[in-house]
Amino acid sequence: MKRPIRVVVAKAGLDGHDRGAKVVARALRDAGMEVIYTGVHQTPEQVVETAAQEDADAVGVSLLSGAHNFIFPRIRELMTERGMDDVLLFGGGIIPEDDVAFLRGHGVERVFQPGSSLEEIVTYVRGAVAERRGTPVAP
Amino acid sequence: MTAAAPPSLLERARSGDRRALGRVLSVVENEEPGAAEILRETYAQAGRAVVIGITGPPGGGKSTLVSRLVGAYREDGSRVAVVAVDPSSPFTGGAILGDRVRMQQRALDDGVFIRSMASRGHAGGLSRTTARVVTVLDALGTAVVIVETVGVGQEEVDVVRVADTVVLVMVPGLGDDIQAIKAGVLEIADVLVVNKADRPGADDAARDLAQMLTLGKGRTPWKPPIVRTSATTGEGLQDLVAAIARHRAWAAESGEHDRRRAGAARAEVEAVLREALVRRLADRIGRDRLERVVERVARREVDPYAAVDELLAE
Repeated sequence: MKRPIRVVVAKAGLDGHDRGAKVVARALRDAGMEVIYTGVHQTPEQVVETAAQEDADAVGVSLLSGAHNFIFPRIRELMTERGMDDVLLFGGGIIPEDDVAFLRGHGVERVFQPGSSLEEIVTYVRGAVAERRGTPVAP
Repeated sequence: MTAAAPPSLLERARSGDRRALGRVLSVVENEEPGAAEILRETYAQAGRAVVIGITGPPGGGKSTLVSRLVGAYREDGSRVAVVAVDPSSPFTGGAILGDRVRMQQRALDDGVFIRSMASRGHAGGLSRTTARVVTVLDALGTAVVIVETVGVGQEEVDVVRVADTVVLVMVPGLGDDIQAIKAGVLEIADVLVVNKADRPGADDAARDLAQMLTLGKGRTPWKPPIVRTSATTGEGLQDLVAAIARHRAWAAESGEHDRRRAGAARAEVEAVLREALVRRLADRIGRDRLERVVERVARREVDPYAAVDELLAE
């Protein structure tokens, strides 16, 4: 039995700059994960519903618009309502240092700011998913 | 999550918990412990859904068309599911499943369930367990299941084993009519779509397809209609829905529907049997012995036939 890591990569909010999200999606794919890419302009509701239908282990949200302090907590809140606390939520984008702690306090496990390496992101996702599953994961 | 008891998970899925359904489909897809029980609990109730296969070359607009079809089938309140397959990387096993991008406006409709699947090394245009995932969705009360294959070339024809009606989506400008003659996928099409029909060359594409169909004798008396659509504008969509319904009515009346389902049952049993035999043999032969023989074949000390005889000898 193989159970690949499934990650939803979403662009939430109103900005349409999806290059970063696509680069991360590609890196996760190249690391052997199955990446469900949603495209741009996703609402928190769409992101969480997608994660439920796709049985995602992790949700990565890219946000460059400045709305992170609203959108991330809302995603976590919806996940909690759906009993999806075991799903990893991480994010990336232009997020000021001061907001990172706030987001951590609202269920965003890790925020990747500009300059983060792809290797860092891949290693983190693999490790955090393995920890949640309680077993080492294949890729 | 690993210890969730499959029956209760299935019960939750049955009562409309979409996250539980997502997990149930993973258990079946990954063949996790509990997969056989889920199939056992659902198999008898399946077989009622209308299963439509959408296949065709990459970039032909399949996902956009699927999203349109979902909208059309939702009009009367029917529950609709989509199973969309995208290719896995042969090198890393990873995949980018991007069909949802064209369907996300349906994501919040609670009568719609969309599931992406990676092909995971299976070559027929679907993944090995796609038929089983469709069975579960069917059994849990989905009225229409739309199965979108990976972008196909010429012989990825597994979808005919899953769908009652296969729609082949072509686009203008794919090449001359020889391309169409070669295509195995053309032989499994029950309805032919020329999508992006607002583009130049649509007339040529439709004509080439029409001529192709007159060249050979089909497997059945059914003559696949050619429907022109524009998935982005929705033009031709009602014609497509009508063509699918006509095929379904014909298939039911002519016995083709039952024949196809019987063929699908045979294919599924054979596939599961093959998997079981391979697993059993692999256990018996053992990885080390297999590797040693492979090395000798690579050095050309023994040919593959003789190698297999040797492995099976004990």
